[in-house]
Amino acid sequence: MRPPSPSIPEREFLFTSLKQSLRLDGRQLLEMRRPTITFGTELGWVECSLGKTRVMAAVDAKMVKPPPERPYEGLITIHSEVSPMASPEYEPGRTSDEEVAITRMLDKILRRSDAVDKESLCILAGQRVWHLRLTIHCLADSGNMLDCACLAGIVALKHFRRPEVEVVGNEVTVHPPTERAPLPLSLHHTPLCLTFAFFPESSSRAATSTSSTKTTTVLDPSLLESTLSLGFLHVALNAQRELCVVQKAGGVPLTEDEILPLIKEVAVAKVRELDAFVESRLKEDWEGRKMFVEVR
Amino acid sequence: MSPLFRCELVPAQHVNLKLGPGLLQVPNSSNIISTRAGALHHSANRSKWWIEGNARRYVPAAQESVVGVVIARSGDGYRVNIGAAHMANLDGLAFEGATKRNKPNLKVGALVYARVSLAHKDMEPELECFDAQTHKSAGFGELKEGFMVRCSLKMCRLLHDPSHFLLPLLGSEFLMEVAVGMNGKVWVYAKELRQIICMSRCIEAVDPDGDGLDELGVKSLLKTLDY
Repeated sequence: MRPPSPSIPEREFLFTSLKQSLRLDGRQLLEMRRPTITFGTELGWVECSLGKTRVMAAVDAKMVKPPPERPYEGLITIHSEVSPMASPEYEPGRTSDEEVAITRMLDKILRRSDAVDKESLCILAGQRVWHLRLTIHCLADSGNMLDCACLAGIVALKHFRRPEVEVVGNEVTVHPPTERAPLPLSLHHTPLCLTFAFFPESSSRAATSTSSTKTTTVLDPSLLESTLSLGFLHVALNAQRELCVVQKAGGVPLTEDEILPLIKEVAVAKVRELDAFVESRLKEDWEGRKMFVEVR
Repeated sequence: MSPLFRCELVPAQHVNLKLGPGLLQVPNSSNIISTRAGALHHSANRSKWWIEGNARRYVPAAQESVVGVVIARSGDGYRVNIGAAHMANLDGLAFEGATKRNKPNLKVGALVYARVSLAHKDMEPELECFDAQTHKSAGFGELKEGFMVRCSLKMCRLLHDPSHFLLPLLGSEFLMEVAVGMNGKVWVYAKELRQIICMSRCIEAVDPDGDGLDELGVKSLLKTLDY
């Protein structure tokens, strides 16, 4: 079953209100919903929400034998799941297009952008490395699940602590957290994802074919906005202004001078803001934890 | 009484006992069990009993008014998505003054306000857009323009309650039209876009599934909105 498309009044209303720069939740066009981050009792368990979109992420680590072609590198696998719990539009057992897109983007942003230093996950070359498993569950879909999932994933990685190991010769000793404080992962940077949705200035859908129509751009689209939009631009970058991923899969054609200001002005500023928020939340969480565990 | 949970037994005896939503009489016995989670309510003389809870997924029940989206035309009628597990059927003749020659023409994607005329667990629900006795529209029919707000089922019930504060409060601020479906969909209309946005945000803010604001909260929210 295809997800039901929005009704004509909804579509007309959204297009006319966007033309007047109004959004249904009272946001500005280039304003994000306020993210919230909740930490669980376990290290590496995070729940993030953007408005009503909610994503849970959890990291766990175990020791494995590395593949022979990369004996010095640890492994990272990302499991993401969009279950029918998120929205009745998703069916159990069948991967939807959104799920494929989210999984691929998470892989690009979190794993292939080299956020985690894989060599630091090596314990004993060729014998023992850490295998990090990042599980992402989409709990509620209210638009822009990718940004939320990416935020949850990177915060979970930053929050996670692995047990300390000691290597003497070929002997590996794992110290439980009660004995020695667990260690944080060594992260090179914090890539964060932002999604822009584009709408044609004229409300008809036929405007896709004509290339020269002006578009309205919206940051962090809600569910209705993302089903009606004519294309997305996903940008992942870090607070150091380093661009990690840009993805634009189909949709309205955009010119250089439409994309560049979005990235250079909007995305950079938003990511800085978001990064500062993530850091402050992590710090708050440590303050609360210090009473119980010694954390390094 | 469920065999898994021992719950409190509530005596419900009345000559004219009526069971509302969420309650079911076990076949071939006088026991009554609840089929959904929520609070048990009864009328003043303890003759009517029902369960009131909150849910997001609509289960059609006969005589309830719903807001639906036309998904397809099929033969003489329409297939309408009312947010239930199955599509509902709306006959092309189930409108005020509709005849074989003169039927309303709904487009795919149109919004309709209709009443559930048939809701049987083994059959697809059926809708009608008139009062079967008088053959008048009784307010049902196609909803043009405006916007459809989605909310929880509890919120719909609250909006149906004439003593609830929200709609009178909004109505005192500006002219508006509302069609509340029992299926978690509310159609709102006002002259200005900002007013529609304001209504949609207020409904979302009052929704017990969301922020659950009370009257004072909504009043202060209204002050921050520009409409």
